[in-house]
Amino acid sequence: MKRNGMYFWGGAALFLAGALLMTQVIGNQYPFFACYVILQFIVLAVAWSILGGYAGYVNFGTSAFFGVGVYTAVFLFKATGVPLAVQIAAAAAVGALMGFALGLLTLRMQGIFFSIATIAATIIIETAITNWRYVGGASGIQLQRPAVMAPFDNYVEMLFFVQAVMVVLAVAISRYIQNSWIGRGLQALKDDELAAECTGVPTLRLKLTACVISGALMCAAGAPAAMYLQYADPASAFNLNYSVSALAMSLIGGTAHWAGPVIGAILLGVTQQLLTVTISSEVNVLVLGVMLVLFVVAAPEGIVGLIRKVRSKRNEGEG
Amino acid sequence: MALSLAIRDLDAGYGAVKALRGVSLHVESGETVALLGTNGNGKSTLMKCVAGLVRPERGSLILTIDGTAHDLTKLSAEAIVDLGVAMVPEGRRLFPKLTVLENLMLGAFRKAARQNIDRNLALAFETFPALKGLQKQLAGTMSGGQQQMLAIARALMSSPRLLLIDEPSVGLSPLLVSQTITKIGELNRHLGLTVLMAEQNFNQTIRIADRGYIIVHGEIVVAADSVDELRGNDIVKRLYLGGIV
Repeated sequence: MKRNGMYFWGGAALFLAGALLMTQVIGNQYPFFACYVILQFIVLAVAWSILGGYAGYVNFGTSAFFGVGVYTAVFLFKATGVPLAVQIAAAAAVGALMGFALGLLTLRMQGIFFSIATIAATIIIETAITNWRYVGGASGIQLQRPAVMAPFDNYVEMLFFVQAVMVVLAVAISRYIQNSWIGRGLQALKDDELAAECTGVPTLRLKLTACVISGALMCAAGAPAAMYLQYADPASAFNLNYSVSALAMSLIGGTAHWAGPVIGAILLGVTQQLLTVTISSEVNVLVLGVMLVLFVVAAPEGIVGLIRKVRSKRNEGEG
Repeated sequence: MALSLAIRDLDAGYGAVKALRGVSLHVESGETVALLGTNGNGKSTLMKCVAGLVRPERGSLILTIDGTAHDLTKLSAEAIVDLGVAMVPEGRRLFPKLTVLENLMLGAFRKAARQNIDRNLALAFETFPALKGLQKQLAGTMSGGQQQMLAIARALMSSPRLLLIDEPSVGLSPLLVSQTITKIGELNRHLGLTVLMAEQNFNQTIRIADRGYIIVHGEIVVAADSVDELRGNDIVKRLYLGGIV
């Protein structure tokens, strides 16, 4: 276990160092634009998986959290001009509160009812933002990026690095949960909620905890998006695509292990970026759908499940 | 370690459906008390009320431990587990996609129980040696008898003092029913566990019970102070022993 932890943190440090090096070496802006989106999806998928994967509560409200993150940042930037780090922290706090409220209202519902409630939440919040003039209403809002901080010489490069830090944070949290009693409790209630209660698992509290953490991470992931595009509007900030992508990436990667959503997000994120450049941004939604269907049919446990199957087969072969 | 459970005038139900009406029952330290009744008479609802899984509408549920009274109607299911009450639910309700060992670990979910994991795990394997070799097997792939063993072993992981067992005989062959009931009797005698057991199988149950209640349509119709009294009861004869009354 200890050794695993060392490898993990070593890998995380290497990843961040690599990201930082990239910003110093590569002059072309495009890789940062593309990689930012992939990193953002890694955070969303990992966050989704904390509730949707570990606890088995399928959340269709990723876009609600993402959009609230975007608009928390927009509001704070317009009202006070606070720096990016504060915007992200505030978005995380708002996301946690929102997760708590949504969880309290909906987590007593099981299965499909919870999922429907989360879609409803997305629509309600989007409507509210659309009617809020201060942050631009339905027509959206243009934002002027402030001066970039050293050692970065370009704002997108900085956003890219910030999102990379969030990936490490999200993965570390998800990994911690998986290996802790919280993870075991979530796994138990996913398998059989009544049995979990019988053994003393505080099911509602654990589900709320998962919802709060998941919500905070999703909102945080959305916070830099307005600065990334220099523009925000409700239709794109609350786009259902975020919900579908986060879910698809987690399921394709596999939800049994923290690495699943990371693998899924990289695989789908890279594919989407390639398709957007080579064909069109509309095709990537189609590809997402096709891949999801293929995986649900051929590998319902995702890539992580496939790897495990191959490994156990090999072990049997040796034994 | 004196422990007693007193249930008084309990009403419970699900919406418009009343499952329990004015149920009173008590369990004293070290006893094995049987709650007998056929399907749909409220046995499971009563067990769930004690475990905090169903909130009663009226009445009291008092668990007294070493002179301190705890009102179970005001406590959450996990707080009741902390008091030393463990439930073996009807139909076993294992975690089918988790291994035997993971199932057992989850039995020790509460903070207090985590400190005694090694001791309780040893106890569980000592009680059910067959489980020791199955640790890595998925619970869902085991036979009914093995699953029942695991369900009881999982309950033991929380260091309980009062064991609630809901229909351990369901879905088991007659031989396994007999073995399971004998095992529960041993837990009571050797570990000093107080047992409240809901069952349909009259003849097996009275082998280990000290006393018993019979519940019909959500009401206690017989409260017998001994097994002999149960055996001689007219309602028992009619319901269980095929007697013509």
